[in-house]
Amino acid sequence: MEAERKYSYYPGCSLMVTNRSYDISTRNVAAVLGIEMAEIEDWNCCGATAYYPVREKRSYVLSARNLSIAERNSTDLITVCSGCYAVLKKTDKYLSEDEELREEIRAALREGGMDYEGKVKVRHFLEVLTKDLGEEAVRRHVVNSLDGMKVAPYYGCLFGRPFGGRDEFEFPEAMDDLIRWLGGEPAPFPLKSKCCGGMLMTTQPDMALNMTGKILRNAKSCGAVCIATCCPLCQINLEGYQGKVSKRMGSDCSIPVVYFTQLMGYAFGLDAEQLALKDCLTDVDSVFAQRGSKR
Amino acid sequence: MEVTTVNEDLGRALLERVMSIPNGHKIKACQQCGACSASCPSSYAMEYSPREIIAALRAGVLNRVFESSTVWLCASCYLCTVRCPAGIPFTDVMYELKAMGIEKGLYKKDQHNIKMARTFTRTVEKYGRNAEVEMILKYYLTTNPLKLLGQTSLALKLLMKGRLDLFPHRIKGLAELKKMVAAVEGGSNGS
Repeated sequence: MEAERKYSYYPGCSLMVTNRSYDISTRNVAAVLGIEMAEIEDWNCCGATAYYPVREKRSYVLSARNLSIAERNSTDLITVCSGCYAVLKKTDKYLSEDEELREEIRAALREGGMDYEGKVKVRHFLEVLTKDLGEEAVRRHVVNSLDGMKVAPYYGCLFGRPFGGRDEFEFPEAMDDLIRWLGGEPAPFPLKSKCCGGMLMTTQPDMALNMTGKILRNAKSCGAVCIATCCPLCQINLEGYQGKVSKRMGSDCSIPVVYFTQLMGYAFGLDAEQLALKDCLTDVDSVFAQRGSKR
Repeated sequence: MEVTTVNEDLGRALLERVMSIPNGHKIKACQQCGACSASCPSSYAMEYSPREIIAALRAGVLNRVFESSTVWLCASCYLCTVRCPAGIPFTDVMYELKAMGIEKGLYKKDQHNIKMARTFTRTVEKYGRNAEVEMILKYYLTTNPLKLLGQTSLALKLLMKGRLDLFPHRIKGLAELKKMVAAVEGGSNGS
């Protein structure tokens, strides 16, 4: 039996419907690993990167409210969205380092009957898997080894920047390790943490299409059969515009894109429904269905 | 030809404010090495690169800072921040410059990215969570409705998959959340 591991869980807005496959596959993979993730009650939007420019301090209030709710559980707070992760972590860090800011935000929380003492540790699920659980805990659940599957691990920006360790700023390895533990081969992927454009896909599509184009092309040229992501915004930018991108780049940039949790769930023998594979916009059958499953 | 305007008083006030954010004082240590500009995935499209923005800000050449599109093209990737040898949190500086420009009305009104930031903020304050469809629709309707057509192919795909979140989710503690945000700078108005 696995030792019971308890965490709080913050899904974030984009995981409610649009990217629910990330939420569903995360919960099911966690269940296999014996990780208990309690969704924090009545959480609100983290503020994302679009909130700071309008009202910086309000964005801290938004995140602090979530941290306050998580503090009731006295466990680390897991999020799988790299955007939410960076924003929540930044709020926690700035509040702990800046007393004036902390007192102002705490006073604001009290106006609504809450408070935050600074006891929550914000974690990305990918980091929890590789640091808290580790190789053996993951390997023992593999029934469909990813043997021979070359995967491009795409981290995007906010998993490693600015709050990862120094080694993670530009060339994180957590997902590379995970892919190896699942029996697969992480592709050497130079653009693994290059920006996908994020919200520029809406406001400056010309720029963002170039940015995603370079990433898709690089993944293909590394010989990967798919890209694995750990952020819902990266996922939609990489999977949602491949037709447009191919036209712009003048070469076929189509490649299946999945969440790393879907890849892991497949290796654990979970079925298509448990991984919400039908939500994928790219040809994921070529990655999973054609290999079959032992369960 | 570009007119260079130096407004010393306002420039000093804005520089003070940038220096007041966590680690913002490190902007004084910028040696103009250009690591930020070389790292920035957006700099190729900017009128002034991040390095030039720092120089302009310190010199009080405010029109370069606020009338150019530069700060609005920041994708929040933090590569400049982690690479800066002087430790300047330049991504945070960009956020602060956006905020100051909006507050003082210094930006060109046609910056779509301001509309995006405002629409997002209003949506979140209305429900406590983001309502993606409502937010995106409002953004396109207030900027360029024709651009919405460019999104129809993806929107249809998402719709077919049941991935369009058509109904906003209002949090239970919305009234309390509103009290909290009203308690910090900016009062209770939407933007």
